[in-house]
Amino acid sequence: MREITFQQALIEAMREEMLRDERVFLMGEDVGLYGGAYGASRGLFNEFGPERIRDTAISEAAIVGAGVGAALTGMRPIAEIMYIDFTGIAMDQIANQAAKVRYMFGGKARVPLVIRTSCGSGRSFAAQHSQCLEAWFMHVPGLYVVMPSNPYDAKGLLKTCIRDDNPVIFIEHKMSYKMKGQVPKEEYLIPLGQADVKRSGGDVTVIAISTMVQRALKAAEELAVEGIEVEVIDPRSLVPLDMESICSSVKKTGRVIVVHESVERGGPGAEIATRIMEEAFDYLDAPVKRLSGKNCPMPCSPVLEEAAVPQISDIIGAVKEII
Amino acid sequence: MALSKKDMVEMYRRMLLVRYFEEKVDELYGLGKIKGGTHLYAGEEAVAIGACAAIKPDDYITSTHRGHGHCVGKGGDPKLMMAELWGKKTGYCKGKGGSLHIADLSSNNLGANGIVGGGIPIATGAGLSIQMKKSKQVVLCFFGDGASNTGSFHESLNMGGVWKLPVVYICENNLYGMSVPAARACAAQPDIAIRATSYGMPGQVVDGMDVLAVYEAVRKAVDKARKGSGPTLIECKTYRYKGHSKSDPRAYRTREEEAEWQARDAILSFRKKLVEKDVLTEKEAERINNEAYEYIEASARFAEESPYPDVSELLEDVYVD
Repeated sequence: MREITFQQALIEAMREEMLRDERVFLMGEDVGLYGGAYGASRGLFNEFGPERIRDTAISEAAIVGAGVGAALTGMRPIAEIMYIDFTGIAMDQIANQAAKVRYMFGGKARVPLVIRTSCGSGRSFAAQHSQCLEAWFMHVPGLYVVMPSNPYDAKGLLKTCIRDDNPVIFIEHKMSYKMKGQVPKEEYLIPLGQADVKRSGGDVTVIAISTMVQRALKAAEELAVEGIEVEVIDPRSLVPLDMESICSSVKKTGRVIVVHESVERGGPGAEIATRIMEEAFDYLDAPVKRLSGKNCPMPCSPVLEEAAVPQISDIIGAVKEII
Repeated sequence: MALSKKDMVEMYRRMLLVRYFEEKVDELYGLGKIKGGTHLYAGEEAVAIGACAAIKPDDYITSTHRGHGHCVGKGGDPKLMMAELWGKKTGYCKGKGGSLHIADLSSNNLGANGIVGGGIPIATGAGLSIQMKKSKQVVLCFFGDGASNTGSFHESLNMGGVWKLPVVYICENNLYGMSVPAARACAAQPDIAIRATSYGMPGQVVDGMDVLAVYEAVRKAVDKARKGSGPTLIECKTYRYKGHSKSDPRAYRTREEEAEWQARDAILSFRKKLVEKDVLTEKEAERINNEAYEYIEASARFAEESPYPDVSELLEDVYVD
């Protein structure tokens, strides 16, 4: 099968959906000729023109809000917010408008809006350009939260999100854009709320989010040498969350570690661990363990930045602790 | 499009519906029958009714936390509005929205908004949608003087101006953002409309107590927007008769000031004009007045007698399945 990058997978997903449905368009800062801060819309401007690949002013609230208005009136916008750290400026439109109009209006409104944004550390961008803030959005009923970990998932999930009638926060890790992976030429969709078992194993379940999936897989390889079999599960979407797949893995292994880059306090791991205790407590042989970002703003210094988020060695250590 | 006699009579009727609706809500709230945030539009009727008379049924509006007038202006039924305020299943939003979130998507009313300034980006997006679909509709975006100081206002009017979107931004300047006078909250004085220059669109100040003046200004802006010539900012100087909300003792303004504005009451002056112009006789005007009153009384009865939603509906409508 051919290999393409995560970035190319996103471009293909948007291109195919724009060809399929003329209501789909992209707007955001520098998404046009520039091709997006991370190149995730490169080439689309030349193919679709400035109407449908629409550069905006630096106005995050208006970008998302215009997306809500356009979605309410029959379009299917993709709004790009360059960094998830900037969603604070647009938060009213995301959390109070996009997420809630359907409910507030008694189910008579639809907001088919995808907010694409980038997250994560790894480039020494420090506290305002490196965060993983998926937990903010998980907390708001009415939103879907999607975090792909490889090119195949990125393409299939983004296509699904564009076709979905609910507002979705689609979070792309900035260190993933250049990652290569197998992606078929033929069309495919990946449903939301369907976790993927990235590696099977019977000893420990590692539930990993976004780039932590790759780290967990590398840790699993090393642990396999020592005879420890790790099952790596990627939820792919945090809302909706596929508890069925998670619980069936827990039933098999009895031991779970949740790994994510976002800070530990109030993070997705807290939610996932609690749900496991509620739904699969009897199958647990050890307390659910969290391995997360440290409870501090992201620092610039590469040394500190690395220390702030889980590394492969941390995952290996956590697995050895739990068995 | 000149207003026909029939149009003017309908405007008069709707202004009365708004006034009696608000007075009834005030009464019911006082009796503890209606709960929730309730911000009354009484006094400002000329703005919503004059502006909405200038658009077609398939045009859009976005409204505000003080949104009852806009809903009636767009053709909303006070019965379904009252039921919504009451939290009843028969309300526009099945009792889930209440006063702050009345919307009627079937009449292209994109809804009231509990967040000051929250509707301005949404109106702008609806304008973008129209422009991309080439559907020749327009959007009326209502907001208050308070909202003109939010970031959403700035971002949205700039976006609307850059893209020449078919949106008429209508600022209802009722002189106070809750308790703070606009004169102490807006740096540029005396008008909000002058800010239009910053956004590459014309700005205009209108007497918001004169329904025909509002109609005329909005009609011109709508024509311009429909032709693809971009947005307009219209500032309507108006006055809310009641407090910001039910708990407001109005300590920040004088009773004399209130009396001055009430002496220019938009409904009474419009009625006088209609009689003078032989659009209505005194007797007909009185009959319309009484019918509007009766309709609101009936709306309250309808709402009171309507069932509450079933608790099983709590988790419905969060997502599209």
